[in-house]
Amino acid sequence: MFWETFMLAIRAIRRNLLRSALTVLGIVIGVAAVITMVTLGSGATAKVTQDIAKLGSNMLQVRPGQGFRGPGGARSSAPMLEAADAEALAREISGLDAVAPSASQALQVIRGSANRSTSVTGTTDGFTRVRDWDLAAGRNFSANELRAGKAVGIIGHTVWKDLFGGQNPVGETIRLNRISFKVVGVLGAKGQSSFGTDQDDLVLVPLRTFQRRIAGNTDVQVIYVSARDGISTETVRADMERLMRERRRIGPEKEDDFHVRDMQEIVSTMTATTRVLTALLGAVAAVSLLVGGIGIMNIMLVSVTERTREIGTRMAIGAMERDVMRQFLVEAVVLAGLGGVCGILLGLTAAAAGARWMGVPFVFSPGIMMLAVAFSAAVGIIFGYFPARQAARLDPIAALRHE
Amino acid sequence: MSPPAPNPPRPEPIIRLRQASKVYGQGQAAIYALRGVDLEVARGEFVAVMGPSGSGKSTCMNIIGCLDTPSAGSYRFDGIEVGELSRDQRAVLRRHCLGFVFQGFNLLPRTSALENVELPLIYRGVGRRRRRDLAATALGAVGLTGWEDHTPGELSGGQQQRVAIARAIVSNPRVLLADEPTGNLDTERSHEVMHLLCDLNRRQNLTVVMVTHESDMAAYAGRRIHFRDGGIEATD
Ligand SMILES: Nc1ncnc2c1ncn2[C@@H]1O[C@H](COP(=O)(O)OP(=O)(O)OP(=O)(O)O)[C@@H](O)[C@H]1O
Ligand SMILES: [Mg+2]
Repeated sequence: MFWETFMLAIRAIRRNLLRSALTVLGIVIGVAAVITMVTLGSGATAKVTQDIAKLGSNMLQVRPGQGFRGPGGARSSAPMLEAADAEALAREISGLDAVAPSASQALQVIRGSANRSTSVTGTTDGFTRVRDWDLAAGRNFSANELRAGKAVGIIGHTVWKDLFGGQNPVGETIRLNRISFKVVGVLGAKGQSSFGTDQDDLVLVPLRTFQRRIAGNTDVQVIYVSARDGISTETVRADMERLMRERRRIGPEKEDDFHVRDMQEIVSTMTATTRVLTALLGAVAAVSLLVGGIGIMNIMLVSVTERTREIGTRMAIGAMERDVMRQFLVEAVVLAGLGGVCGILLGLTAAAAGARWMGVPFVFSPGIMMLAVAFSAAVGIIFGYFPARQAARLDPIAALRHE
Repeated sequence: MSPPAPNPPRPEPIIRLRQASKVYGQGQAAIYALRGVDLEVARGEFVAVMGPSGSGKSTCMNIIGCLDTPSAGSYRFDGIEVGELSRDQRAVLRRHCLGFVFQGFNLLPRTSALENVELPLIYRGVGRRRRRDLAATALGAVGLTGWEDHTPGELSGGQQQRVAIARAIVSNPRVLLADEPTGNLDTERSHEVMHLLCDLNRRQNLTVVMVTHESDMAAYAGRRIHFRDGGIEATD
């Protein structure tokens, strides 16, 4: 019996194909809009997460000052970190994979007649490990180079391309601050960060070399730390805060004059932002679904009036109220459902094109599609109910006499 | 002298109206479409209902067809008191026991003859295969074999009315009701339809009640009932 009703609905829809198509257009556009928005939104979220994962998602940073908390002032007055802090962290905190104290400065890097303004970072061999960054060529700093503060450097991909034009740089010389550095390695390309900066535009040198021969002090601006896989960054962070308070002799009632940032924290802020945006766009699209539903109701009402004689005939032949009700309800649901399916196809196509254009991954989420189908079927039921009831309540005699 | 033999019990007529009235509206504006009609139709009869416009013929047919119930009096269909049934129960009664032929044919547009004829069987829950067979047989009975796939728009008036008759008889009803079945047809087609109805009446012992204005058509019936002002004026 349900199959019969379904086929009946298909036939009724086919009898008036153009009108049926126009009727479901609202639903099609609504569903397509929801699917496109949500798919692109999830893609953007995924991209942000990926980008941050490139930084190393289990990475933490310690910086002097109070960070985001309160207005400035604390930052400048807070004492800098030092290499000993990093050593202490590495020694005393369990669950750490690598520690990399760093200090940076913008400098001209010169090779022959070519030069480029870049960021020079003094750090240790732990840097590549913390940042999950592979070397494309050459090697990392040796223990001896780090200890003795040798003039050696590892160059970023952009610097390599710019100064060496694709030639092998290992063993060549670059000049920083009028000092010659021997290139021992090249970092792999990381591309743009999600903040839009070129991550590959840098030169790494041993921290001690940087302090003595470039900065002229013993400051460490930031200590990067990575937790081992499966270790909660929350725990590591708490341990680090405790140790740092101890080392910096901060009394129990005093505020921290340093802060530990957790990449997880940054990830969640950024994904939360894109999620809110996605929800907002999705909501706007859902409104158009509602409008589509009203369109279906309108057409179903017209259809009931138009087919009054048909309804009368069916009733005379022996259709019960619920038979007529079911017929029109199923018709509305099938109409809305077809609209939903067309909308999904259209939405996925648009989302795929949009994802390519925006350079975000295409995230296929079956959940939202099921939701869209369920929603359009619900639209069919809700907006089909009233016209269907109207049809079922018709008086067969009056319906038969209807012109 | 032996006492007179008791009359054999008369079989219950399939249609029995007792003092049936139908009133439309209330109070001053009340219209009496039927005023105390007494009517009995036996199984296998062919009855023609005649009378001037507005005399209550269609109202009476609607009551007989269980599309409507009398405002007062009683209507028994095959022993069932129809006035006591709900809307849905009457629908089921129509589904199983009655066939309708309308003046305007009332076929579903853009739907093939076969599918139109199948319609009552769908509500009876007959399976697809058997439905096809029965519908094809019914179309054959009205002489439309070969026209199964034509839609009403592709059929003449007479053919359309024959499809409508096929649809009315496909479910093998006990009573066929026809309200001016030849009202929209020319004389020749009208006679064709009447021959068909007579045939069904005689061969399948189908009870037929038909409204008509034309005495030529009424002449086919075994009995003629004349309506006037909501009551039966004469029977012959
Ligand atoms: N739904 C209704 N509401 C009010 N009055 C009605 C209604 N249906 C019928 N009537 C009235 O009842 C009376 C009988 O109508 P009916 O349709 O039975 O006449 P009829 O004999 O079939 O006429 P015709 O030959 O023109 O078809 C008429 O006066 C008509 O106006
Ligand atoms: Mg009439």
